[in-house]
Amino acid sequence: MAHIETALRDLNRLDLLAGGDSAIHRLDPRAKVLVTLVYIVSVVSFGRYEVSGLIPFAIFPLVMVAVSGLPPGIVVRKLLVVLPFAALVGLFNPLFDREPLLSFGSLAVSGGWVSFVSIILRAALTVGGAVVLVAVTGFAGVCRALQRFGVPRAFVVQLLFLYRYIFVLGDEGIRMSRARELRSFAGRGMGLRAYGSLLGSLLLRTWDRAERIHMAMLSRGFQGEFHARRESSFGRREMAFTAGWCFLFMLLRFVNVPRLIGVLVTGVFR
Amino acid sequence: MSHHIVEVKDLRHSYPDGTEALRGVSFTIHHGESVAVIGANGAGKSTLLLHLNGYLPPTAGEVRIGDTPVVRTTLNEVRRTVGMVFQDPDDQLFMPTVGEDVAFGPLNLGLPPGEVERRVEESLARVGAGHLRDKPPYRLSGGEKKRAAIATVLSMSPDILVMDEPTAGLDPFARRQLMGLLREFRHTKIFTSHDLDMVLELCERTIVLKEGLVAADGPPREIFRNAELLAACHLEPPFSMQGCPVCGNKGCQR
Repeated sequence: MAHIETALRDLNRLDLLAGGDSAIHRLDPRAKVLVTLVYIVSVVSFGRYEVSGLIPFAIFPLVMVAVSGLPPGIVVRKLLVVLPFAALVGLFNPLFDREPLLSFGSLAVSGGWVSFVSIILRAALTVGGAVVLVAVTGFAGVCRALQRFGVPRAFVVQLLFLYRYIFVLGDEGIRMSRARELRSFAGRGMGLRAYGSLLGSLLLRTWDRAERIHMAMLSRGFQGEFHARRESSFGRREMAFTAGWCFLFMLLRFVNVPRLIGVLVTGVFR
Repeated sequence: MSHHIVEVKDLRHSYPDGTEALRGVSFTIHHGESVAVIGANGAGKSTLLLHLNGYLPPTAGEVRIGDTPVVRTTLNEVRRTVGMVFQDPDDQLFMPTVGEDVAFGPLNLGLPPGEVERRVEESLARVGAGHLRDKPPYRLSGGEKKRAAIATVLSMSPDILVMDEPTAGLDPFARRQLMGLLREFRHTKIFTSHDLDMVLELCERTIVLKEGLVAADGPPREIFRNAELLAACHLEPPFSMQGCPVCGNKGCQR
């Protein structure tokens, strides 16, 4: 249970970082969401054996972290949580795809290994980009940007509520699980059966809470619509930010910079 | 002004499972009164409160806020007049930041942005929570949450404040702070509470509920002296009226 507590607290910290005040924090959320989206799409759109073309894309999370003053440790920790899943996805590639693709002298590297590395790299880049986005924008900011992009309000509201109450729900779950643990004396308690009824009553409590929240909303005049206040605007800085990054991503997507450098270097020495 | 009057006439409420929570409750609360609704657990306090802003429809009887009967078609007006603060502030603070939450009610009322802004600032300042404006609710302490929850209701400038257990779960300092705050409000106030010392300090009138009926209605000092009544309603006199266990002072009961 301890790791759930830490995970919740970590999420909490990520959001706390969004309260920072740097040039990047101040940008309209829409610019950041758009750029991150383009970034993720361009990273994912590479072929399965691509490795060298992906590497330059690390520049986006790196620059964002550097300029916004985020502690890099947090982003790295988030990556470490996700990478094992990516490794699992790519696990069988080296086993099934044994055709040699590269060779360093006598050592042949199979296509499987290359695609495995590619998967890991892609996961690290996309998750890194998303984590940075949340850390410099805040979850609420991301949701607001989505809404202004025309995502249906119902979805956005669902997301916001999910995020608002995940802490409350998590706390409730932790309390219940702690109560179970303290009376199960290091044994299995009653095993899975206890967890079954624990989850059941968590669901019922959530239901009750949802009803109370709805009540609180109704008593403040809620009629099915969330009224947003306009705060930031998509100005020239946002334009420059979006256009600059998108241009760079397109360039990196269609021109393999490491290979180009390689060709240049070997060309000079030929 | 007549619309500050709360009138409850022979109110009855049965829950779908057949529990009779209210079995004919009647009272009238006048403008500016500060009234506590007390009673044992399950006496019907919370059910009664939920009728005051029309969340529950009466099984029989009627609730009137001023000249307006609380029925389906008047709910918007009633909910603007009656501000309801729930027991668990986590239920009340559902927006990403405190400021947005306080703005929620005024925005629903369709007020212009400038006015919304003014009200948000004013209500937060009123409860001494101006510095919490940009914080997300889950990062507040219990006392801060409670004050923020009150601000969300004040921003709609209600005439009547209804609160379910305002001091429950607060530490002594936060409780004092909240009581000081409540004392300043000129609204008509209706609380439920188990904190009888607070009732004694803040309210000039107490309605005692017992099994869905009004068992007594009068000044708290008189009611808390009536040992028989209190025992029958599963209550005890407030600590400040009980004897002192250290110096043996008998208090004002016997």
